[in-house]
Amino acid sequence: MNETIDPEVRGSWTFAIRRYLLQALPPEHLLPERQPAFVRSWTYVLGAITLASLVWVVISGAVCAFFGPQWWHVSPQGRFFNSLHFWSTQVFFVFMVLHLWAQFFGAGWRDGRALTWITGVLLFVLSIGTAFTGYLSQENFDSQWIGVNAKDAMNAVGIGAFFNVLNFGQMYGLHVLLLPAGLLLFVAVHILLVRMRGVVRPLSEETR
Amino acid sequence: MDNPATYLHWGFILISVPNAALILGMIALFLLALLAPFPGHRGGRSKGHGTDE
Repeated sequence: MNETIDPEVRGSWTFAIRRYLLQALPPEHLLPERQPAFVRSWTYVLGAITLASLVWVVISGAVCAFFGPQWWHVSPQGRFFNSLHFWSTQVFFVFMVLHLWAQFFGAGWRDGRALTWITGVLLFVLSIGTAFTGYLSQENFDSQWIGVNAKDAMNAVGIGAFFNVLNFGQMYGLHVLLLPAGLLLFVAVHILLVRMRGVVRPLSEETR
Repeated sequence: MDNPATYLHWGFILISVPNAALILGMIALFLLALLAPFPGHRGGRSKGHGTDE
């Protein structure tokens, strides 16, 4: 590739990034065509189910954001999508925690996978924040109750002035834009790291 | 659904029945994921470090 590139271009930072990404993530190998035999286990499916439920969370959330709170509280279609958003979030959290258990008890950070583990931990924390702001964005008595109780905890740790749980606009903006953007970014990094480093061997295979 | 949940109380442990059911269900799912055979054209579990196409 380098022979046909102008020397000036070859020294540019965009070319360096492009060369690194093409080496680290060759496009023809981004989707796996071969997997180690030990991947034939349901424990390796838990992360995939988490990802699938996240797709439903994003789709149902986008529909709710488009039509707004009155629609999701009053119309049958709105209540359906509101419920879809709520229950896909429950499935997302259940399978994310099962995926966490599988990776924790299987020591998923072994053999140079520390960054994969760390991005997973960051995703867990970001997901809790996204779900929390989601509960505060419901626009019902439940969200008021959660907000009124949570404000004391936020003030106690000194972030109440910056993170006002009684401010619907702030919580809604965080829930539908900033936190999901961060979440999707780290999900992409997490999955790319899994593709780059591969899935970890089970502990039972370590001694063989 | 508008009524408060029933709570289970053992010593210092206090947990609502729905939360306890969810945790027990997750533990059951986890054990199932560990033990249930995975469908595949070769069947059975891994025998070594080989790759599966």
